[in-house]
Amino acid sequence: MMTLPYRREPCHGQSVPGEAAVSIRDLTIVLPDNDRPALDGISLTVPAGSRVALVGPNGAGKSTLLKAIVGLLKPRSGSILINGMPVRSCLHGVAYLPQRGEIDWHFPMTVRTMIETGRYVHLGWIRRPGPADRDLVEREIGRLGLDYLADRQIGQLSGGQQQRTMLARALVQGADLLLLDEPMNAVDADTRQILTDVLDDLRTEDRTAIIATHDLDRLANTFDDVLYLSDGHQMSATDAVPGLLAAGIA
Amino acid sequence: MIDWLTDPFRYQFMLNGLYAAILVGITCATLGSYVVLRRMAFIGDALAHTTLPGLVVAYLQGWSLFGGAVVAGIATALGIGWLSKRSEVREDTAIGIVFTGMFAFGILLISTARSFRDLTHMLFGNILGVTDQELGLIAGIAGVVVLALVLFHKELELASVDPVYAEVIGLRTDLIRYGLLVLLALATVAGIQAVGVVLTSAMLITPAAAASLLTNRLPRMMALSTVIGVGSGVIGLYLSYYADYSSGASIVLTATACFMIAWLYRAFRTA
Repeated sequence: MMTLPYRREPCHGQSVPGEAAVSIRDLTIVLPDNDRPALDGISLTVPAGSRVALVGPNGAGKSTLLKAIVGLLKPRSGSILINGMPVRSCLHGVAYLPQRGEIDWHFPMTVRTMIETGRYVHLGWIRRPGPADRDLVEREIGRLGLDYLADRQIGQLSGGQQQRTMLARALVQGADLLLLDEPMNAVDADTRQILTDVLDDLRTEDRTAIIATHDLDRLANTFDDVLYLSDGHQMSATDAVPGLLAAGIA
Repeated sequence: MIDWLTDPFRYQFMLNGLYAAILVGITCATLGSYVVLRRMAFIGDALAHTTLPGLVVAYLQGWSLFGGAVVAGIATALGIGWLSKRSEVREDTAIGIVFTGMFAFGILLISTARSFRDLTHMLFGNILGVTDQELGLIAGIAGVVVLALVLFHKELELASVDPVYAEVIGLRTDLIRYGLLVLLALATVAGIQAVGVVLTSAMLITPAAAASLLTNRLPRMMALSTVIGVGSGVIGLYLSYYADYSSGASIVLTATACFMIAWLYRAFRTA
């Protein structure tokens, strides 16, 4: 059956060789109804296969940066390139895990269907998930320890189980670039262990991950790079750490 | 007993009423699930009311009432969609202004005409006066609504549960909202035939709300909602025939009773 994509994607699945997974130059973003920029002059290069943490207190601009990379927010100035191409050139290659509050958890949907929505970008209009899609879904359900929860309604899960469900959805998309907005927020110890293991798997799978957190300590993984944000500005580690220490974060 | 059940349908107008009740029940109950889940109850009620000037203009000009209602409903759906994307006024305020203004305009137009009997039919429905031609249009609307809900099930579902992720994968959630509003306008026009302008939103909201208390799966919710919607239509028709009650009121109150039963069932089960 032919595919009717939600949006035309010019990327054809290949990246420009030798380009960084994400390359941000002097990015400034101003949110609607705001005078002060939410992000001001951010530059960041993320090599393919690396793992980068975005660290800073609430309101520092971590979510804003992830939303800009995924194309939900338009820059006022500066540029973002993904594999050397403009944002939204390759929707299926970028998986996004939003904050938990963006989802209507009361909606009558099962955990399995929620994870299945990660395949929709490949299916396009009308087409339903096939056996191959369902196999991928079952694999991630197993990997994230959701087997016994798969038929539950999404609102019946704990915070940590909801985070696992959203990570499973991001993973079934099969994207090379994952943008995770506070995946460790409000999770229990079990979930933290599972998420830590899965994030380590990503590295062996050579996938790139940018992970926002207001608490570097919570992420037991090692990172190739850390971007410290404070009030929309980029800080060097030496400047950031005393400030973060004072705020009780690092 | 069988005679008691079949007796009303010796008459063609009762038979047409039965078919209309079933088709309206299916249309409003399935779409109503999204109306309830997406918290669009107010907009559904507003859409029904704003069709009144369309109905009256068509009536005064001798055009098809159906056409008038469809045009007014779709124009309102697009207008509300457009207004709510701007930020000068809140969405519910915008809806409140548009719907009361349009409704008042409809009443003003009627006051220039002679007959108030037809006004009563517009406001409170006249399911026993449904013509063959209107029945055909109601069937057409039922077909379009159900087909759209089946074909675009996964898109509608995702855009409702997680609009941000839907945008990220390239789904235009604003277009999906417009599409739903147009379907809602069509369902409203069908509902008006059965229970009238004032009570149509009950057909959209009450069966789906009752179903939402009994299940937490969307397909099951739509199926249950359809059973309740169709059942209310048919039972309401019998009530209207044997007790000589207003058909629109009988249908809506049957649905209300179903909701109360569903609510009690849930209250006792979870207690």
